[in-house]
Parts: sequence; structure tokens; C-alpha cells
Amino acid sequence: MTASITTHISNTLPGWQPFEWIVALRFLREGRIQTAFIISGIALGVAVIVFMSALLVGVQANFMQRVLTGQAHIQLLPAKEVVRPQQGKIAGPSAKVLYDAIVQAPLQRLKSIDQWQSIAQQIGRMPEVLVVSPAATGAGLILRGDTSRAISIIGIKPELYFQIVPLADKIIRGNLRLTGADILIGSELAADLGVGTGDQLHLTAASGAATILRVTGIFDLGNKGANARTTFVALRTAQSLLGLTGGVSVLDITVRDIYAAETIALRIRAATGTDAQSWIATNAQFFVAVGAQQSSNTVIRLFVALSVALGIASVLVVSVVQKSREIGILRAMGIRRGQILRVFLLQGGLLGLGGAIVGAVLGALGLLLWQQLQRNADGTPLFPLTFDPVLFISALGLSMLTGLVSAFIPALRAARLDPVVAIRG
Amino acid sequence: MVESAAVPTLVLQLQGVRKTFNPGRLNAVEVLHGIDLTLHAGEFCAVVGPSGSGKSTLLNIVGLLDRPTAGTVAICGQPTHDLDDSALTQLRGHRIGFVFQYHHLLSAFTALENVLMPLLAAASSPNQQMVQRATDLLDQVGLHAYLAQPATQLSGGQQQRVALARALAMQPALLLADEPTGNLDTVSADAVFALLRDISRNAGMAVLFVTHNEALASRCDRTINVVDGLIVG
Repeated sequence: MTASITTHISNTLPGWQPFEWIVALRFLREGRIQTAFIISGIALGVAVIVFMSALLVGVQANFMQRVLTGQAHIQLLPAKEVVRPQQGKIAGPSAKVLYDAIVQAPLQRLKSIDQWQSIAQQIGRMPEVLVVSPAATGAGLILRGDTSRAISIIGIKPELYFQIVPLADKIIRGNLRLTGADILIGSELAADLGVGTGDQLHLTAASGAATILRVTGIFDLGNKGANARTTFVALRTAQSLLGLTGGVSVLDITVRDIYAAETIALRIRAATGTDAQSWIATNAQFFVAVGAQQSSNTVIRLFVALSVALGIASVLVVSVVQKSREIGILRAMGIRRGQILRVFLLQGGLLGLGGAIVGAVLGALGLLLWQQLQRNADGTPLFPLTFDPVLFISALGLSMLTGLVSAFIPALRAARLDPVVAIRG
Repeated sequence: MVESAAVPTLVLQLQGVRKTFNPGRLNAVEVLHGIDLTLHAGEFCAVVGPSGSGKSTLLNIVGLLDRPTAGTVAICGQPTHDLDDSALTQLRGHRIGFVFQYHHLLSAFTALENVLMPLLAAASSPNQQMVQRATDLLDQVGLHAYLAQPATQLSGGQQQRVALARALAMQPALLLADEPTGNLDTVSADAVFALLRDISRNAGMAVLFVTHNEALASRCDRTINVVDGLIVG
């Protein structure tokens, strides 16, 4: 045997390839235009799925990151004050209980959480809970010269609260020091009042209590309204300003599994009798929107997968018809039904895989392009997109599976061809 | 590489073979009415008869592509009536070779790869001995220069010779040739027939050669005449 024949054979029929692979690959190569078209179709479908899924995950992750780095996962508030209607009894044979006809809703005064320290300890012992941070919050007024601004006073224990809200990332001037005479203010408030770090401010609470505090840090929470209103002071300072001596109005809590927050909040509510609100409940509208997005994404994915499957199936049905004589002769030569079945299943799987690889690359390119084109006013990306390998691997796997499933009927048809009928044509 | 099977003397034995299409229906047609036939190793037997006489049906039954309605078929002494599809396919692949009027080569493959196909299917993946065997066979049919040529680029006569080499790849005990020269010009037909004759003689292979060409039939060891589903001579 000459060297050229050996080279020819080793190039065209690699030793590692079983019979089914050789025939399947060659059939696909022979109908290369058909193969190219169907791979393009699959690729477009996979690209749409990859792009949409990554975008949806990016939107969700971005929201989580923004929300959960700015607030606690669960907030414990004092139980709301309720009014019970007055009642009286009428004596006599028609004795009955009478209630007041009109019940006014009670005013919700600023008050402390009853037994907050023991509640904080009780919650802190729960294995799902990471941090419990007490805070005293209320309204106040800052005066500077002729100017005054209404503000929200948040009294915190810095060593605990900063584990929940990483304010260090948001400080744009000064530092995070927060002793009894210090205050951290938002950038908008600082601009309105014309103050910088080291300046002193006169702070008055709604109760009338007042104090003078020094600005040690200025932060930017990424929200103009929040930057104009929010101030942080030491817990003790807030307690005396708000008339909550020794008390706190909020317990901020972070948990290990953010998606279990609502369940944990319900358990805390049941155990303590306080009003525990999870971030899931306070952002319910967002979850409705995400749910709707996910449903529509699933429907789109389903229809794309269906059209991909039908495309593969139709190409292979045509291929079986075109090659029926060849299949007949293969069967006459002793090739088993199972081998014919595998030849066509492989073609389906390979079309799915090939389309998925091209589609994954197209989807990734689309994401990069989207990231370049869709930007904030300051030029930063609208939100960071992550290229999750799991998304790409699952797209490959699902596409290949779709290829195999959609190839099954044509493959079965090929395997069941009667060689006599097939050869006769 | 497929092992060379010891070829028994009696290669084919048909006893009372009948074939009815659409049995039990109003349009049932019996095309073979009880065929008895034996063929020994090295025997080159022509099958002649008018169109529609049942030659192709007989060949399909002998080639285990179709089952008789009644009667028995034994290949190399092995009865086939109780074999399932898988066993029939295996027996067909190892004992029987086919050459058809139209070559039915796989258009996506070269001449050499076409000859390799039955060997590949039996052994799963290609190896050096297989390639050697396929090369030798193409050499034997005079196509050594066309090994790497795509099957579709060969002439009709060359394609039929590739089909012949492919039919011989598994060293069958019985070769079934259904008018292999029907589509060829006289020169090519003579060449293919001579080749078939030589190879069968050298390999000790039994050949059932269906033809309408009386000149070729007269050059065979034996001729059977099928008329209306019966062997008449």
C-alpha cells in the first residue's frame, strides 16, 4: 500500500471514528449547504436564548446588588398600635354587647421595640442570621445660618450597621468615624448647606431636642433624594434626640440566604410579635416584574427550541428520503438497524451542537455589543453582565438534546426502511 | 479484519419456497410457487426469465432481504426461517454479497471508502488490515488508480466494478448479482462479467447471476429459467 493511500485514509477516516460517526459526518458534509442553513437557524435560536437569559440574569443581579447593599434583608419594627372599640352590655331579656360605631385609626407614635435587646439576642442566635443591628430613626431638622433642611436621622452602632450597609464604599469625602458628636451626611445635603468635613451643624429633632454635631464624612448613596435626606449619627445621640432613651425603633437583620428572607421574617414575627418585613415583601412589585419577565422568557425559549427542533427534523426527514437507496444498500450489506438509527441520531446531535457553539459565540458577541452601546450618562455600563459558563454549557447541552430528540423520528424511519423497497426506490 | 470463513460445499438450499404478496387479502398475489434450488461453492449460475417472472423476488429471498411465505432457505447449511432480523442481517453481512443493476455507491465517499463500508460496519472503526483488503480488491478489479476518487466521478463501468469490490469485501460464500451488466455497454458488460467469473472461480464463491443477456447466460456453469414463479429448466 502506497504512502499516499495511507495518508488519504488516515485523513478521511480517522482510526478513532466508529462507523456511525464516519457516515454521519460525511452525510452532513455532503449536504453542506443544507447543513450550513440549519446550523445558522439553530445558532440564531441559541443566540437569542443566551442573550435574553444573560440579560435577565444581569438585570436581576444588578437589582439585588443595588438593593441589598443599601438595605437590610429584614427590618424589625415595633408592633403597630391598634385601637379596640369600646363595648358595653345591655341588661335585660334582650341582653347583648354593643360596640362603638366609629373607631378612629390610632396615630403611630415613634416608639421603641419592646425588649429589643433580648429580641436581638434571640434573633442573633438563629443559624440563618448573620448580623442584627439596632437603630433609632426619626425625623429632624438641620439648621445652618438662615437655611434649614428636613432630614432623616438614623442612629446606628457603626460596627454592626456597616456590616449590613457597606457605607465605606459610598464615602466620597472624610471618613466613617461616628462618635457621639459626629454626623455623616449625604452629598446633596452637604451641597445644599454648603458644608464640608469638619464643619458643625445644628440638629433639632421633631421632639424639640437639639445638639451640635461635626460632619466627619460625606457619602453618595446613588440616589439624589436619599443624599438630600439621610444622615447617620451614633445610636446614643439619636436615642437622646428622638426621646428613645435606651430604646431602638428598628432592628436591621441580614441573613445567609437572601431568598429565604421572607420565610425567616415570618418565623421572627411569630416568635417575637414584632412587625418583621423582608426585602422580598418590600420589593414585591419587582418580583412580579421579574416573574413576568421569566415567564415570557420561558415561552420565547420554548418556541425557539420548538422551531429549532422542527428545523432539524425536517432537514433529516429530507435527508432520509434522499438517501433511502443508500440506506437500503447499507442494510443489504449487513449494516444493522441500530447502526442506521445512530447515524441519523448523531446527525441531529451534531447539528444541535454545531448550532449551539455558533449560537453561544453569537450570543456572547451580542452581549458585548449591548454592553458597549447601552451605557449610563457617565459612560459606565448600564449594569455589569456576567458570562455565566453554566448558561453556555446548558445551552450546548439542551441544543444537543433537542437535536437528538428531533432526529429520533427521521432516524427511526431510516432504520425501519425495508431494504427491498429502498433499493427499488 | 473479518476472519475468512470456511466455505461449506452446499452454499444455498431452497426447498418449496413460495412467496405471496398481500397474503389473506383480496389482492393477494403468489409470485413464487414452490422453488427448489441448490447451489454449491464455486458454481456460477445464471437466472433468466421474462420480466415479472419472479427473478428479483427470488433473489431478495435468497439474499435474506425478504422472507418466504412458505418453504425454507438455508445459507451455508444454516436454516434461516427462525432467525430474527438482527441474526439475518449478520448472516447476510458475513455470507452474502450483492451487486445490483444500479451500483448504489455512497456518493459521499471515495471508491476505497465505499469498499471499506461493509468491513467498517462489522468492525466498528477502520484499521490497517481493512484498508489493505479494500485496496487489494480495487486492485483486483483494475481500479487501483482510482482509490481516492469520489465514487460519483467514476464512469458507469468503473462504478459497477467498485460495487463488485464492495460486494466481495467480506469474502462472501454467495454472491447475488441482479443484472449487474444491465446498464453497461457491451464492452464494459463483458469486462465486468469476466471479472466476476474470474473472482468467483478463484475464491470458490457461488454466484447467482440474474441477466437478460442470453450470451452471458450461456457462458455460466448452469442456467435456471424462471417462468411465472417456477423454475422450468
